[in-house]
Amino acid sequence: MSEPAEVLDCRGQRCPLPVIALARRLPQLPEGAVLRVLADDPAAAVDIPAWCRMRGQEFVGRPAPDAYDVRRVAAPA
Amino acid sequence: MSVTGAYFDAATAAPLHPVAKQALLAALDDGWADPDRLYTQARRARQLLDAARELVAEILGVRPDEVSFTSSGTTAAHAAVLGGLAGRQRAGRGVVHSAIEHSAVLHAVQRHEAAGGHAVSVPVDRLGRLDLDAWRAAVRAPGVALAALISASHEVGTLQPVAEAAAACAEAGVPLYVDAAQSVGRVPLPEGWSLLSASARKWGGPAGVGILVVRKGVRWESPYPADEREAGRSPGTLNLPAIVAAAAALRAVVAEAEAEAARLRALVDRIRTTVAATVPDVEVVGHPTERLPHLVTFSCLYVDGEALLHALNRHGFAVSSGSSCTASTLRPSHVLEAMGVLTQGNIRVSLHRETTEEEVDRFLATLPGIVAELRAEAGVTGL
Repeated sequence: MSEPAEVLDCRGQRCPLPVIALARRLPQLPEGAVLRVLADDPAAAVDIPAWCRMRGQEFVGRPAPDAYDVRRVAAPA
Repeated sequence: MSVTGAYFDAATAAPLHPVAKQALLAALDDGWADPDRLYTQARRARQLLDAARELVAEILGVRPDEVSFTSSGTTAAHAAVLGGLAGRQRAGRGVVHSAIEHSAVLHAVQRHEAAGGHAVSVPVDRLGRLDLDAWRAAVRAPGVALAALISASHEVGTLQPVAEAAAACAEAGVPLYVDAAQSVGRVPLPEGWSLLSASARKWGGPAGVGILVVRKGVRWESPYPADEREAGRSPGTLNLPAIVAAAAALRAVVAEAEAEAARLRALVDRIRTTVAATVPDVEVVGHPTERLPHLVTFSCLYVDGEALLHALNRHGFAVSSGSSCTASTLRPSHVLEAMGVLTQGNIRVSLHRETTEEEVDRFLATLPGIVAELRAEAGVTGL
């Protein structure tokens, strides 16, 4: 698993906030960069992969129970 | 300005059918005595109970002695799972269920696991349809005593392949329990099951009446302390007036079910199409065609489900939500989780016989503005 370019700590935040933070930050990273979102809201486990699917971004995986890695695929709209 | 409320939560409880109300009032006068006694008043109560049971049995296509009334749909689901497992202890202690069962079924399964049993949860696809290959493999495994499959998802409306699942169970010699709470009174029942449960308030009967069906020859053992009522399947005194009302409502809704299903299906299709077209970043979930006629679910990106629920309520729309923090739990709906669909900003709209086209159109005209407002407040416009 590639090391993330950046870590967003959203622990303690309720959904949809971690997904919103991800949507704000990812487009600012270069293509191919991995953003790690730390979130302990149980909804993040579904909503972060679902956001990636809806936005055409790559959900890389879940390196730890509260961590979600997302790779920027292309310039989002 | 006050708005006439539009009630869109029939999947929780449909408004009491007028026929049920009439029957309830009559039975309060006529059916208050204990049907198990031997005096005149009790015999009248027994006649009412027998007639209600025969009516329900006829509609469900089963024998009257296969039908028991329970104190709720939840109780009926618990009894089906725990009684079905207890009756088959010699076959093993395994239970197979879909990942999208109602929480009443899952809680009964958890009780069984806590008592040393084991459970296998079979996944669904993104549209909420059971993975039949995984199901076939799971029910074939040694030591499976019971399998449980909901007839159609109570959260997203997707119909389940019950006939195929039942065939796999029959081949493996495993009885199938079907939770038909959302189907009874609305769509034809699937075949091939051994146990079934339903809930009267979902079809316009009063709350506090459940149905448990145990087919002849199916091994079932009461999970409760001994009680002779309802052939030993449902302890406690029955609410006979409510049962009479439930049966009357069922007869009435079944008589109009086909026409109602067609009417509501058109409204649900309109909601699915319009929401997808008028609300940006929305995911309409569930199977587009293999679905219940009266229920539709969608999720709005970047929107808090609880805030959406309250905003809709302020505009006069009563809906439910599978987002986290909208029920008694901080977790999102296990059904949406199992499907892998967005859970934030989730809304379930479920229609009934009193729903009008005007109410649906007003909802569709109001929703985009509410979602846009909530997104603007959260500062997520353009994300």
